[in-house]
Amino acid sequence: MNAPLDLATTPGIAGNFGVVAGQEPVLTARNVSITYEVEPPVHAVRNVSLTLHRGEILGLAGESGCGKSTLAYGVNQLLKPPALMRSGDVIFHDQSGKDIDVVGLKGDALRAFRWDKISMVFQGAMNSLNPVITVRSQLFDVFTTHRPGMSKKEKEERSSELLRQVGVDPSRLDSFAHQLSGGMRQRVMIAMALALNPQVMIMDEPTTALDVVVQRGILRELMRLRETFGFAVIFITHDLPLLLEISDRIAVMLRGEIVELNTAANIYANPQHEYTQRLLGSFPSLTGDRGAFIRTGEAI
Amino acid sequence: MADEDIRESLIAVQATGAGTADAVAIDESTAVTAPDRASRFIRAVRFVRRSPKFALGAGIVLAIVLFAIFGPMLTQNPKFSGNEALQPPSTDHWLGTTGLGYDMLAQLAYGARGSLIIGVVVAAIAVSLSVLFGVVGGYLGGWTDEILSLITNIMLVIPGLPLIIVISGYMDGRTVWFVAFVLGLTAWAGSAVVLRLQARSLRNRDYVAAARVSGEKAFRIVFVEIMPNLLPLFAAQFLFAMVFAILGEAGLSYLGLGATGSITWGTILNDAQVGMALTRDAWWWFVPPGVLIALVGGGLSLINFSIDEIINPKLRAAPAAVKSVRKARKTVLKDDHAGTAGTTVKVDA
Amino acid sequence: MKNLEVKHVVKDFRLAGGRGKKFRAVDDVSFTLEPGKTIALVGESGSGKSTVARMIAKLEVPTSGDIMLDGKASATRGRALDSYRHDVQMVFQDPFASLNPFHTIRHHLERPLRLHGKAKTTAEVDEQVAHLLERVNLTPASTVALRRPHELSGGQRQRVAIARALAPGARFLIADEPVSMLDVSIRLSVLNLLARLQREDNLGVLYITHDLATARHFSDEIMVMFKGKVVERGPSDEVIMNPQHEYTKLLLSAAPNPENQGKLRAEVLAEMNLGEQASDRDRFGTRGM
Repeated sequence: MNAPLDLATTPGIAGNFGVVAGQEPVLTARNVSITYEVEPPVHAVRNVSLTLHRGEILGLAGESGCGKSTLAYGVNQLLKPPALMRSGDVIFHDQSGKDIDVVGLKGDALRAFRWDKISMVFQGAMNSLNPVITVRSQLFDVFTTHRPGMSKKEKEERSSELLRQVGVDPSRLDSFAHQLSGGMRQRVMIAMALALNPQVMIMDEPTTALDVVVQRGILRELMRLRETFGFAVIFITHDLPLLLEISDRIAVMLRGEIVELNTAANIYANPQHEYTQRLLGSFPSLTGDRGAFIRTGEAI
Repeated sequence: MADEDIRESLIAVQATGAGTADAVAIDESTAVTAPDRASRFIRAVRFVRRSPKFALGAGIVLAIVLFAIFGPMLTQNPKFSGNEALQPPSTDHWLGTTGLGYDMLAQLAYGARGSLIIGVVVAAIAVSLSVLFGVVGGYLGGWTDEILSLITNIMLVIPGLPLIIVISGYMDGRTVWFVAFVLGLTAWAGSAVVLRLQARSLRNRDYVAAARVSGEKAFRIVFVEIMPNLLPLFAAQFLFAMVFAILGEAGLSYLGLGATGSITWGTILNDAQVGMALTRDAWWWFVPPGVLIALVGGGLSLINFSIDEIINPKLRAAPAAVKSVRKARKTVLKDDHAGTAGTTVKVDA
Repeated sequence: MKNLEVKHVVKDFRLAGGRGKKFRAVDDVSFTLEPGKTIALVGESGSGKSTVARMIAKLEVPTSGDIMLDGKASATRGRALDSYRHDVQMVFQDPFASLNPFHTIRHHLERPLRLHGKAKTTAEVDEQVAHLLERVNLTPASTVALRRPHELSGGQRQRVAIARALAPGARFLIADEPVSMLDVSIRLSVLNLLARLQREDNLGVLYITHDLATARHFSDEIMVMFKGKVVERGPSDEVIMNPQHEYTKLLLSAAPNPENQGKLRAEVLAEMNLGEQASDRDRFGTRGM
């Protein structure tokens, strides 16, 4: 918690990108294997190990079907049948110093853990927000479930504060999901994810459906919030240029395995795995030389 | 909804054909490998075979249909009144005789024929009308749609059975076809509303726009591009209309407003009521037709439920998925006990 | 004068609810599409770029303005429309939605072939279908033709959609975000395929996209649309490297760029040090978008 705040007061350190202060782990996944139990079984995640450090943004890059979302859902115990985590450990290193075995959590303990320690932001905000109740009721629900002691006034204050933090006018508390634009919905989702001050936020393609300008606003907000609150982020997307811009480290997934994991700078400057190179090559440079990307019209 | 479809299909790709899907994502190999020759239809048939609901429903309906086809060939004339009246079941008359001395089994067999014919005719009329008013209106939109849906809504709010009673009351000689026509006329509106909404949603699909850009005419778009995707819905509506018709006809006949001179399960019940079967303890007179009506209704509904599961895969996929995971978890636990797991290697940098 | 000319096209949509309230989706857009040339129409969702595409494809009727083919005003119905469709075809954004799940690939190609008189007998259809599939690199064509859309990957489906658009022998192709729904690693190959077909058939292509980078690399000219209007146009490199309009600059600055590694974080930190709360980056009112 302290390290990122220190960063905030020493802007010079921002140039030292990719190196995360402390390198203290907040979430460790070891040898995670997840299978879709269908005929024949599909091994969506194969023996993946991953360490998330406190306060870092870890990009999880890959294309559809590579298992990146399955992995993220798995570490938060959100898998639905027919997906099943067949093996592996997920350890959450709480700020209090206590280690929590996430895989072993069940029932109430799991419900109390989820959202409080690890929260999620999903791609389809329209589907993730309840269409028939207001933003206020949805935020209140979070507090009622996880902070039963809070008074109504406290909830109201905290909800307004959360919306302000994500750049949405608190008057929007009375709105329903359909009254909000796509970008605002996603901001509200982030506010809900922030509600309990989680130490880890998993974001599954949070900006894929949005326009670039709106996306830029949300990314900026995310960066700011990360500096303020020091949570770690697992940012899942297929948009490698975006990850290169915002992540500290990037893991590239292919066929259920992490084929390359390195700092964003290294991935960009010196990609090792052939697939990473291929992925990088799939994004023509906006302002660079036309070089290899001039339309060739060649047979592929 | 569309989003969900895509998601569903993506998950399906992940879950079912991941081998090929992966290869494609990585290498987009242009050669198509691993043929999946099973068409949609064959997969539906395969599913249906495994579904106990469908098997039971189809079994019941098939048995009754066979009874309706072959029963009348094996029994005596249902209007032969030379038998002794009101006999309980015996070896001569397996289901006894009615108050007028008719053989119950013969009555029942001819009644099955009458009831099923009415069911099929009504269902055909209802589905045709709902296609006309629903699909055509939904696709064309504009004034055509306004007028067609106005008529649909009027038909929807007119209470069906009272209307039939009123119409039937005015007609003296009522043929089976007339009754079927009246029932058909009141049975389509609900289906048309559903079809109209479906057609409106399909109309905005890109493949319909693509067909228009290709130069396809509206008529062909409705019948070749849109309708096939509604087939499961038609099947469900057909069966539903059949149940409605058989029950409706039984109700009409019981009230004495059925087809004159014909035999259906409804007319048998009407005869039983007029002949005071209940007070005379002649249970064999009214129980068999009642049971058959219930059976055919139940059987058709069971088939309908299994069609629902084809239309909406979630209804069957979720329980099946839970089951497979439970099974897999057991085997994982077994492995754990055997001590194969437990080695942890930190690969991470 | 062989070209497709869009002249002062306007499209108003009536808003649901409000009586007579109108929303101007496209406001006075003009451009000329020439054989062998690609124009990229760049904009965000709601900018009206897809409406322009749908008007050219005759799926929407312009409120005012003309679409001229080879100098002649185009029809909206009847036989004249058929002959317009013969020359102007469209590739849709979502290959999962633009192919009918019920029909085989062959059906999708057979219909336009027959409708536009390219093939009459079954043997002709077979031959033409195979030829089209080979042109978009879907081989073996005889196997692919018998498949249904769900058996193909997204990229393969989009190739089928491209083949379908080529089937009538089109001279102008409207490609509405043809690769945005595809996996990133295959996008360039599909765009390159389009470029090859363009060269082979001397096609005029309108490439509609929100992606400035591919717009730059795959088109000769870029038009930037914002709220129904074309706010900037010019040769692609010129628009990207030397943008004039504020909105183009905004779009360019918002596009993810690996070169800007760490820049966003540095900016945010600097801002926080200054104690700025709400930044004034909201020049176009997009904050609420």
